[in-house]
Amino acid sequence: MQPVNYSRRTVLIGAAALAGILSFAAISGSANAQDEDTLRVVMQADVRIVDPIWTTSYIVRDHGYMIYDTLFAMDANGEIQPQMVDRYTVSEDKLTYTFTLRGGLLWHDNQPVTTADIIPSIKRWAARDALGQTVMTFVTSIEAKDDLTFEIKLKEPTGLLIFALGKPSSNVPFMMPKRIAETDPNTQISEFIGSGPFVFMSDEWRPGDKAVYTKFEGYKPRSEAPSGLTGGKVAKVSRVEWRVIADQQQAVNALLNGEIDIIQQPGADLFPLLKDDPSIKIVDWNPYGYQFNLRFNQAVKPFDNPKIRQAALYALNQEDFLQAAIGNPEYYTVCKAMFVCGTQLETIAGMEDKLESNFAKSKQLLADAGYDGEPVVLLHSTDLPALTNIAPVAKSLLERGGFVVDMQSMDWQTVLSRRVRKEPPSQGGWNAMATYWSSADVLNPVMGAFFNASGDKAAFGWPNDPEMEELRRRFVRADALEEQKGIAEAVQLREAESPTHIVLGQFNLPGATRSNVSGWIPAAAPVFWNIEKGNGGE
Amino acid sequence: MTARTSIAPPAEIVGAPVASRPTVWRKLRKNPSVLLGATIVLIMLFIGLIAPVIAPTDPTAINPAARNLLPLAESSARLEDGTRATIVHLMGTDSLGRDVYTRVLYGARVSILVGITVALVSVAIGTIIGTAAGYFRWLDSLIMRIMDGLMAIPAILLAIALVSLSSAGITTVIIAITVPEVPRIVRLVRSIVLSVREEPYVEAAITVGTPVLPLLIRHVLPNTIAPLIVQGTFVCASAILVEAILSFLGIGIPPETPTWGNIMAEGRQLFRLFPHNILFPGIFLAVTVLAVNILGDGLRDTLDPKMEKRA
Amino acid sequence: MISYILRRLAATIPVMLIVAVLVFLMLRLTPSDPAAIIAGDNATSEQILAIRAKLGLDQPIVTQFFTWLGRVLSGDFGNSFFFKKTVWELVSNRIEPTLSLSALTMVFAIAIAVPLGAIAAYRQGTLIDRVVMGFSVLGFSVPVFVIGYVLVYVFAINLGWFPVQGYQRLASGIGPWLQSLILPAVTLSVIYIALIARMTRTSMLDVLSEDYIRTARAKGQTEAKVLFRHALKNAAVPIVTVVGIGIALLIGGVVVTESVYSIPGLGRLTVDAVLARDFPVIQAIILLFSLVYVLINLIVDLSYTIFDPRIRH
Repeated sequence: MQPVNYSRRTVLIGAAALAGILSFAAISGSANAQDEDTLRVVMQADVRIVDPIWTTSYIVRDHGYMIYDTLFAMDANGEIQPQMVDRYTVSEDKLTYTFTLRGGLLWHDNQPVTTADIIPSIKRWAARDALGQTVMTFVTSIEAKDDLTFEIKLKEPTGLLIFALGKPSSNVPFMMPKRIAETDPNTQISEFIGSGPFVFMSDEWRPGDKAVYTKFEGYKPRSEAPSGLTGGKVAKVSRVEWRVIADQQQAVNALLNGEIDIIQQPGADLFPLLKDDPSIKIVDWNPYGYQFNLRFNQAVKPFDNPKIRQAALYALNQEDFLQAAIGNPEYYTVCKAMFVCGTQLETIAGMEDKLESNFAKSKQLLADAGYDGEPVVLLHSTDLPALTNIAPVAKSLLERGGFVVDMQSMDWQTVLSRRVRKEPPSQGGWNAMATYWSSADVLNPVMGAFFNASGDKAAFGWPNDPEMEELRRRFVRADALEEQKGIAEAVQLREAESPTHIVLGQFNLPGATRSNVSGWIPAAAPVFWNIEKGNGGE
Repeated sequence: MTARTSIAPPAEIVGAPVASRPTVWRKLRKNPSVLLGATIVLIMLFIGLIAPVIAPTDPTAINPAARNLLPLAESSARLEDGTRATIVHLMGTDSLGRDVYTRVLYGARVSILVGITVALVSVAIGTIIGTAAGYFRWLDSLIMRIMDGLMAIPAILLAIALVSLSSAGITTVIIAITVPEVPRIVRLVRSIVLSVREEPYVEAAITVGTPVLPLLIRHVLPNTIAPLIVQGTFVCASAILVEAILSFLGIGIPPETPTWGNIMAEGRQLFRLFPHNILFPGIFLAVTVLAVNILGDGLRDTLDPKMEKRA
Repeated sequence: MISYILRRLAATIPVMLIVAVLVFLMLRLTPSDPAAIIAGDNATSEQILAIRAKLGLDQPIVTQFFTWLGRVLSGDFGNSFFFKKTVWELVSNRIEPTLSLSALTMVFAIAIAVPLGAIAAYRQGTLIDRVVMGFSVLGFSVPVFVIGYVLVYVFAINLGWFPVQGYQRLASGIGPWLQSLILPAVTLSVIYIALIARMTRTSMLDVLSEDYIRTARAKGQTEAKVLFRHALKNAAVPIVTVVGIGIALLIGGVVVTESVYSIPGLGRLTVDAVLARDFPVIQAIILLFSLVYVLINLIVDLSYTIFDPRIRH
């Protein structure tokens, strides 16, 4: 007889373990009951880089609104209102602005906010941001008068200074303590202290898993009711957790199951799952929406030729893109206006006959321009839900319009590293790519980074068009709305002749919350102050 | 997950000499597993080959107006010449309005192509390296250390790393799936070569001065055929699955290319609403892999009965 | 015995060195440029060059390799290219979920597969045998994510027994921990159950035909005793081997399962790191997994001597 009955023991232990596990599962009942004071949120992406001045990525902008505050901000009507600033005055000649900060503002380390922190913060932001750079060319000096008062002097008047300081989207001029704000603009910050309504818990931050924010007890909200990104930022929960659930459908499942409270932006195709469920509310938090764009690389053939870019403008149509990427017409708008439909600068000038998939016209333009059938390398990002279907539609329409298209599929990170390369596609470059902007980023030709046509200094794609640059300079100087409208129209007419990029339509993806969550404020970015969590939903 | 039905055999394996042809053939034809597996595999292969004939449309043709249709729904599209064509979507459409039935049929091509290519290439490379290692003593320890190193890296991690670090494409995917398979073949072949070397008739051939290459081809390689056929079949099944997994993780063959993995990856986001996008390619994939595995089991029972006991 | 263990341990060193060289070469010979990714949207080429220099990516490959190897040997895996964290911080945070998932999967697989395989062998040729064998081939043939989605659909969404996704740390209590892991572990264990059941059946068939089993039966011992005490014990060596080999499968399966269930483990870190071209993290993970694989197989080898005293080295 064998001496050990080891295997029977193993089997018994295994069986006991299994029985134990199953009974545990049975008794532990519904999913983890969580603190009412914690808001569990799934955002559109993972927070990896934590410097909103250094990157334009929207998730980092949203992180910025959690922990930082701004001097000015945009309210629900699109007007810029003071935020950290208490009051300001403008001199008669419109060249001297004097700002006074609200008293009693504190950094998260409980040090008072002073002009010594504000000035380097403005300077660091202005070194990175496209609008900031433009506005700084008008500025002669920024000087502190005392701890709470500072003064900005201009060379010549511009209507954009206050707008720039209250810019709602990337890069937002967030204020940071002096020692952090003095970090070289091209280096990422490594300390995350702001003066906003929430504190970033950097020791609980696990990239790829979650980012945690807790209420800042020392925050002093404005007395006004919240409106857009302005007014009283009152944190009504003590803790906000941004959880990473990479699989969109699993995020929706988790929301339905009560495992999370908010999905910032569920994929449009998943709305049918959420709409009819009484435990779920759909919240339209971003009235501005987004705009799909197709960007050309003008540094290399064939899109260096405006005629060929114009051919693409004729070959495409917005409906196909919007249907393929968003699907439900409730959430998209066909809109040829480059400065967004429903805004002061909306115009259709120059676009009347374009974006109608006129393939004959496209082919004719290609023939006139001497397009030799060399394949156009179109970058296809496969892991961003909103963009996945854009490139295949572009390929299909461009091919019908006479282009030869080589669509190359890759993840978004690779797209990012490919699109900064100026070389021809054969050496690792590119010809065209799709992306989207928050509409709040493209409200005028100076904000919209894609309109910058200063060649090497312009954003990837590097358009070089002195005429466009002249128009943009005129826009900065323009003071009156009528004048701005006229210039915006001229910009769009120029775009119709020599496009820097093509607008593929507008869309708006609402968020979804459990029905016990209330108080989500509509704004250009998702913000979590004012949100409450009742106990009714589960 | 990588399906590896067979277990990497340790070094002391003795290659089973191939029985005379007629017997083997008769045995194979009588084995129900071989028959069932081979029939299903051939049907799938045939479907892949005639896909252009039986598919109603182009597998990459998109139609944004006909997205996410349920099975048996109809859509119409305007053709280049201005006429309208109506298509019945037997398996529905995906989120770009592509016909899933067409993509599944074409998918048979790519998936089986990947499986067979990986099997052939890994067996070929593995045989060359394994023979060299088994025959030339001075090469042996160097090669085997490298193979040990490769084997120590979990196959799927190695494939993920390889495929995502160069441009996506079917060749890259095939290479990425092949590399982790090679060391196992090398070990198998080497162990057979080592044992065959000791056989009296091989020693005799060496003594009479038969040159290395003819010696290897005439006396050594025939002993590797049966185990390699069996092993190759399992590699093929595993490769089809790994391709699907890479596509699922978003780092496989470009998503436009119809492969079963790509169709499922496309459909996974909407699984709850439109399960057909996962279901149909999933069934085809599972049936094919199942058939290849059954075929492998049958081949092993007939050609190399000792294999499963070797672990 | 001890000298044998030491010898075997020493033999893993060259293997790990080769893994290090392979991984390093693989990453450095690829065309992707982490500096460009880190630099972000509006970076100029000077900025990219500066980042490249800062990361040491402008050094010759051999220099880079030895710098890296030297650090690794002193326990420093460097900093992640992307996150403001050290590689060790990132990796160590992810070990618990992955270890929990793997361990539970193994427990499930062994607890289910060994009896299944034993019974199939005992009832060779009957319906039970066919069903078990059929299941085991099927287990190899269905992709793990399909199994995952089906289980989520049935058990988390329709029946509501388990959470859909996520992971609860052990610190939050063993109940929530188990509950969050059951579906993923069942999903992942399917392929092991297939593998181990099959191997158990084969080895049991061998053992059951041996003389001492007949002797035991002749002595009038109950069938259950014969099966589980005598036969299984002697079939243990091949079964343990297959568990060891299964580690490679397990690691592969972990990557997919963690993606399906949003478990913040090493598998998801791998995919994230690969997509972000975060070289130091990828290198560390692959090294770590390889080391685990090598060590577990070493332990499996050593355990032979426990299960089968006849094997002495």
